[in-house]
Amino acid sequence: MVRFVLSRLLSLALSLAVASLVIFAVIEVIPGDTASFMLGLNAAPETVAALRAELGLEGGNVARYFAWVSGLVVGDFGTSYTYRVPVSELVTARLWVSLPLTLYALVLSTAIAIPVGVIAASRRGGVADFGIMGATQLGIAVPNFWFAMLLVLVFAINLRWFGAGGFAGWEYGVWGGIKALTLPAVALALPQASILARVMRSSLLEVLGQDYMRTARAKGLSQGQAVRAHGLRNALIPVMTILGLQFSFLLAGAIIIENVFFLPGLGRLIFQGITQRDLIVVESVVMLLVFAVITVTFVVDLAYAAIDPRLRRAK
Amino acid sequence: MRLPGQLVFGAVLSAVFLLAALVSLVWTPYGVEDLVISNKMKPPSGAHWLGTDHFGRDILSMLMVGARTSIAVAIVAVGIGMALGVPLGLAAAANRGSLLDEVIMRGNDLVFAFPSLVIAILITAVFGPSALNAILAIGIFNIPVFARVTRGGALSLWTLDYVLAARVAGKGRLRISVEHILTNIANLLIVQGTIQFSLGILAEAGLSYVGLGAQPPVPSWGRMLAESQTLISLAPHVAVFPGLAIVLTVLGLNLMGDGLRDLLDPRLRRAR
Repeated sequence: MVRFVLSRLLSLALSLAVASLVIFAVIEVIPGDTASFMLGLNAAPETVAALRAELGLEGGNVARYFAWVSGLVVGDFGTSYTYRVPVSELVTARLWVSLPLTLYALVLSTAIAIPVGVIAASRRGGVADFGIMGATQLGIAVPNFWFAMLLVLVFAINLRWFGAGGFAGWEYGVWGGIKALTLPAVALALPQASILARVMRSSLLEVLGQDYMRTARAKGLSQGQAVRAHGLRNALIPVMTILGLQFSFLLAGAIIIENVFFLPGLGRLIFQGITQRDLIVVESVVMLLVFAVITVTFVVDLAYAAIDPRLRRAK
Repeated sequence: MRLPGQLVFGAVLSAVFLLAALVSLVWTPYGVEDLVISNKMKPPSGAHWLGTDHFGRDILSMLMVGARTSIAVAIVAVGIGMALGVPLGLAAAANRGSLLDEVIMRGNDLVFAFPSLVIAILITAVFGPSALNAILAIGIFNIPVFARVTRGGALSLWTLDYVLAARVAGKGRLRISVEHILTNIANLLIVQGTIQFSLGILAEAGLSYVGLGAQPPVPSWGRMLAESQTLISLAPHVAVFPGLAIVLTVLGLNLMGDGLRDLLDPRLRRAR
C-alpha cells in the first residue's frame, strides 16, 4: 500500500507541475507581454512598465514561472490588477460560496442517485425501472443552467419559496446561506444524479448476477440482506469513479450556475477577470480549479485501492 | 433484424434538428436579424409559431439557425477529438507498456484535469470569445475521451488470433492497427462519437450561455437562453423553447447512441 501511495503521489506532483506549466504558458507567454495585454492598445509605455513592476512581471519566463509557482505553494497568488487586493483574499472569499455549493450538489446527487439506482436494479424490467430509466435519460439531456432558470421561475417567482438569486453571506446565518444555495445545488445535482443513478443500476445488476450473491442467498440471506451485506460494497466501486469525475463537472457546472443565481463565487470572479483582462486572477483561479480536479482524482484512486485491495497491485 | 425502438425514436428526433439546421441554410420563416420592436415578446401564434423574443425576432427562425451553430460546433469538436484521439489510442495500444503508451496515457489524464469550460476560459482570456473557442475547447476535451476508448478497445483485439496471424504474415504494427484494429473498433467509435456529439451540444450551449461561445449576431441556443434569463417572468416562452430544443436534440442523440450500442453489440442486448 505504501508503494502504491508513493507512486500515486509522484504522479500527482508531476500532473500538477505540467498543468501549471500549461496554464502559465497560455496566460503569460502566448499573449506576449502580459502587462500591455492587460492595459490594452492605447496604454502609455510608462504605465505598462509601472504595472509590470507592480505585478512582478519583470524578468524572463523561466524566472517568472518559478516565482509564480513558489508563490502558489505558500498561498501567495499575486495581486489582482482590478481589485488591488491579493488574489488569495479574493479566492478565499469566493471559495466560501463555490465549495459549499459543489459539496451540497455532490451530497444531493449521491443521496438521490444511490437509492434510485438500487430501486431500478432490484425492480429490473418493471414499471419503476422503466420510469426511472426514462427520467434519468431526460435528466442527462437537460442543461443545468436551463433547469436552474425553470427552478427560479417555479420556486422563486411563482411560489416564492426561495429567493431568485444572490447570497448575503454566511455571517448572516447558516440557514439563510443554505437556503440561498438550495436551488443552485438542485440544478447542479439533478443531471449528475441521473448519470450516477444509471451507473449505480448497471453496476448493481452486474453484481447481482455474480456467484457469491447466489451463495449468499443459498446461505439463507434474503435478497435485501444479500444486497446490503455483499452487493452494495462491490457495486459502489464504479460509482466512486464516476463520483470523482463528477466533482470536476460539478465544479465547472457551479461556475455556470453561479451566473444564473448571481452568486459571488469563483465563477463570477473568473468571468469578471476575463472581461477586465485581469489575467493574474484568471491564471490563479484556473490553477486552483485544475488543482482541485487533480487532487480529487488522486483521492478517488486511493479510496478505490482501500475498497478493493486487488487494485493496489494492479498499478 | 428488428430495430430497437429507442434507436428509431432517437434517430427521428436527431433528424428533425438536423433537417431544421439544413433548411435554415436556404429558408427560415423570418429573417433572424429582422428586429420588430413593436412585436416583441409575443406568445406563440399562427404568425409566429413559437412566439417572438425581446427584439421581436421570430423564435422558430432563431432556433433553426441556432441548430446550425450547435451542430457545426459539435461536429467539428468531435472531428478534432477523433482525428487526434484515435491515432493516439491506436499507437498506445500497439506499443502497450512502452514509454510511448505511458506518455500518451499520462497526457490523457492531464487533459482530463481541464474541463472544457476551463479550457474555454483559458483560450478566451487570451484570444477573446468566439465560436471557434468553443470548438477548440470541446475538441481538446474530446481527444483523451477517444484516445481512451480506442486504446481500451484495441488492447483486447491485440490478443486475438487473427491479429497474431497478421503479425506472423509479416504485417507491421501500423498496418495491423489500420487494417485490423481500426476496422474492428469502428462500432465503438461510432457509439462514442454520438455520445460526444450530444455532450458537445450541451457544452456549446453552456459556453454560449456564459458568453464564451458564439457571439452576436450569430444565433445560438445558449445565448438565446442567456438573453431570456431576465425576461423569464414576463415571457416564459422566450426561455422555454431554446431549452426544449437543447433537451430534445441531446435526448435524441443519447437514445440513438444507446440504441446503436445495443444494436452493434449483441452481448449487451441480452444483458439489459
